[in-house]
Amino acid sequence: MDIGVPREVSDTRVAATPKSVEGLLKLGYDVIVESGAGALAAFDDAAYEAAGARIGSAADAWGADLVLAVNAPAEAQLALMKRGAILMAFLHPRQDAALTQRLAELGITGMSMDMVPRTSRAQALDALSAFANISGYRAVVEAAHHFGRFFTGQVTAAGKVPPATVLVAGTGVAGLAAIGAANSMGAVVSATDVRPETAEQVESMGAKFLHVASDQGVSSDGYAKEASADYAARAAELYAEQAPKTDIIITTAAIPGRPSPKLITADMVASMKNGSVIVDLAAQGGGNCELTRPGEAYTTDNGVTIIGYTDLASRLPGQASQLYGTNLVNALQLMTPEKDGVAVVDFDDEVLRTMTVSRDGEVTFPPPPVQVAAAPAPAVAAEPAKEVAVKEPKPPRPWWHQVLWVGVGSLAMIAALTFAPSSLVGLFGVFVVAVVVGYYVVWNVTHALHTPLMSVTNAISGIIIVGAMTQLASDNWTVKILATIAVLIASINIFGGFTVTARMLNMFRKG
Amino acid sequence: MLSNFIDATYIASGLMFILALAGLSKHETAKKGNAFGVMGMVFALVATNFAIAYTDYANHNLQPASAALLYGAIGIGAVIGIWRARKVEMTGMPELIALLHSFVGAAAVLVGFNVYFDNPNADAFHTIEVFLGVFIGAVTFTGSIVAWGKLNGRFASKPLTLPGRHWLNLAIVIALVLLGVWFVATHSIIPLIIATILSLLLGIHLVAAIGGADMPVVVSMLNSYSGWAAAFSGFMLDMSVLVITGALVGASGAILSYIMCKAMNRSFISVILGGFGDDTTAAVAGEHGEHREASTADVARLLSDAKSVIIVPGYGMAVAQAQYPVAELTEALSAQGTKVRFGIHPVAGRLPGHMNVLLAEAHVPYDIVEEMDEINGDFPETDVVLVIGANDTVNPAAEEPGLPISGMPVLKVWEADTVVVFKRSMNAGYAGVENPLFFKENTVMCFGDAKASVSAINQALPARV
Repeated sequence: MDIGVPREVSDTRVAATPKSVEGLLKLGYDVIVESGAGALAAFDDAAYEAAGARIGSAADAWGADLVLAVNAPAEAQLALMKRGAILMAFLHPRQDAALTQRLAELGITGMSMDMVPRTSRAQALDALSAFANISGYRAVVEAAHHFGRFFTGQVTAAGKVPPATVLVAGTGVAGLAAIGAANSMGAVVSATDVRPETAEQVESMGAKFLHVASDQGVSSDGYAKEASADYAARAAELYAEQAPKTDIIITTAAIPGRPSPKLITADMVASMKNGSVIVDLAAQGGGNCELTRPGEAYTTDNGVTIIGYTDLASRLPGQASQLYGTNLVNALQLMTPEKDGVAVVDFDDEVLRTMTVSRDGEVTFPPPPVQVAAAPAPAVAAEPAKEVAVKEPKPPRPWWHQVLWVGVGSLAMIAALTFAPSSLVGLFGVFVVAVVVGYYVVWNVTHALHTPLMSVTNAISGIIIVGAMTQLASDNWTVKILATIAVLIASINIFGGFTVTARMLNMFRKG
Repeated sequence: MLSNFIDATYIASGLMFILALAGLSKHETAKKGNAFGVMGMVFALVATNFAIAYTDYANHNLQPASAALLYGAIGIGAVIGIWRARKVEMTGMPELIALLHSFVGAAAVLVGFNVYFDNPNADAFHTIEVFLGVFIGAVTFTGSIVAWGKLNGRFASKPLTLPGRHWLNLAIVIALVLLGVWFVATHSIIPLIIATILSLLLGIHLVAAIGGADMPVVVSMLNSYSGWAAAFSGFMLDMSVLVITGALVGASGAILSYIMCKAMNRSFISVILGGFGDDTTAAVAGEHGEHREASTADVARLLSDAKSVIIVPGYGMAVAQAQYPVAELTEALSAQGTKVRFGIHPVAGRLPGHMNVLLAEAHVPYDIVEEMDEINGDFPETDVVLVIGANDTVNPAAEEPGLPISGMPVLKVWEADTVVVFKRSMNAGYAGVENPLFFKENTVMCFGDAKASVSAINQALPARV
């Protein structure tokens, strides 16, 4: 099959690079690249030819059996496509139902790269994450460009320079990339997200996670409560508090196909210092900042620059093309199991199924939900085994059960000890306390040290030697001999136990 | 005053033993813990020795013979103990531990008999204590010997299932109760000796009925028994340090047994009653599905491309002595920037924490060795999982109802991108349950001796990097 890579109409990116062309050739395909397709991403036609592609016209590229593109094609380009061809691009089926319908009418199999499910297997073709990563990085570069000062703090002969403070709102792929970039430039970075569980990732990237204050008594059992109006109000407080202190705010809270949540209000912008910068990565959906103008950068009356570019990924065309090209090669690997240059859209493969928006003249969007917990392999145990009675969980015992037993046990103990010799009663007290102490101490022992725990308890249970020692003083020779044997074996325990414990503990070392 | 001195020392010793166990809560403090244990022991021994010598001196009744026996016995014991402890292979650790338990049991029996010989007509409470102490000591003694034999292969590791074995145990216990009544009533040595013999037999039978892979539970249980035996000796002799230490050890062993049972989702009683495996034949089905094989070169290629690797070792790694090549592999992969970690199931190996010790022996840093609960969530983000000599602990069938291992928490290795299973053959594991993991799409099998296979991978690796 031929693969066509057309030149994007209003984008600097391209769907294949000389490097990814090599990957496509390995899968058995022939590749036609439209002349000048990679020019804006710094890949010239000669490089594609050197990699093994043919250079052709727009009609050649769009007329191929399989077309790789970045953006959805316009009607003029669709007209160039063959019936039965496969088109892989960002088709935005959620937002642009008309295009999906049109593809179906034309008999084109549309595979949308923005529909790749977020499963581990599909990670290698997740172009959204790849572009988000680039956007996050570029957001910091744009901010640095518009910010009139250093990111890193310095002490110079001309005085001390404080580091820039950066706040990242939303810690998805883009947010984390922004944190990484800003952090490596030396800024003091903090971040926040509605998902408090991302705190660890944020901290691993070198930023401080700002928790939105939570009410007492609000359980953390789900998003429903956290995304409530109450939560939004508390998040707004956090932003309002941070805005005057922050030099650069990068917002990344975009929800595909829906308007972006407004996190930064006009009041907050007004409270910011002159010279501050806001980069709004959610500008496409209207922006996280009330004052964002999608697609443009401007400075407010109080000197805050608000950057609402919607093409941040395209501003790094070489990088974006390379990652996207690799995503496509990975997708085609799934579609070409035989590596024979014949693409198969296998609807049993949930990744491919989810990506496909039209096939055989029919709209196949929306896809069935991806099964997160894959069914176990058919090899699972024999049928009769399943019939073995599945035990009903026992109902929990009533609470008074335990109280009753403790009461009865205590009475029995009191009764027994009342008639025991008084020395025994004291010892018994020591015994009970020691059992309780032992119980709590041993639960703290880390699993990795259970073997040393056993050997050290072995060693200390050799303390029975002191009993044998006192008996050794007996005048009775039978007792003396038995006691000697007892001392002997107990001391094997003591010396052996402590030595082997020490030996083991010496072996444990930190990496 | 002397008795106050002794009691005070014993309290101090008991405290130090508690600190010894507390020190083991973290790697950083573990050595300190061991030192506390040694110090407590030295305090107790020196004080006891001093008290005896001082009393004898005060009574003008020095006993050079006893002293010679004491120091001679300690000296010999020290030499044997240190020699064994230095020589033991880490794979042989479970046997050594079992053997040491048997010594505590035997010492408790001897001390019990001595108490009886010293004062045959003691009051009822002390008589009961002697009887119970000898009973537990004897069970610990023979039980540990059998466990030791099963662990080092001298005895068959298969469970011994005598017909009506539960009734046999019950009969012995009833007989012991009756003998106890007889003993308390008459203070005669005959019931004590019969009871000792019966207890020794009970110990043999109890442990013989338990299969080799349940030994972690058995060894922890015997650890616990040896503690209780020491505690009873303390009651007999009115020595607080014995009571404290015995209680600590008893609690420790009991908790370890509990953790092990929990990790197998079996009740303590079912493990102790033994015979695991005989009622499960229905569940053992023939081969299911196709498995895929991979050569060591394939695995090496897989590993050199992987970003994160988790290694799941089991008893098979210990048997094959593969921990050294595994450590080498870990080092090589880490050097190329791969994130390597280990996932340890609580019952992996034949002793609680056995795998950790083996890996430590091979110089694997302990901070990349993680517990099941710590690592189970990370498998989906892992490129390659190497399962080395583990089977039941990675069996996805544990999540199905109606199997012997149902409900047992397992390492969810199959959630990783690729699983490589090192195994000798397609045989089922200890529990006799077919492992569907081997037939999963993302699983490849690497047959052969684990040590040889991993060494071969190490050879193949550098060329790829």
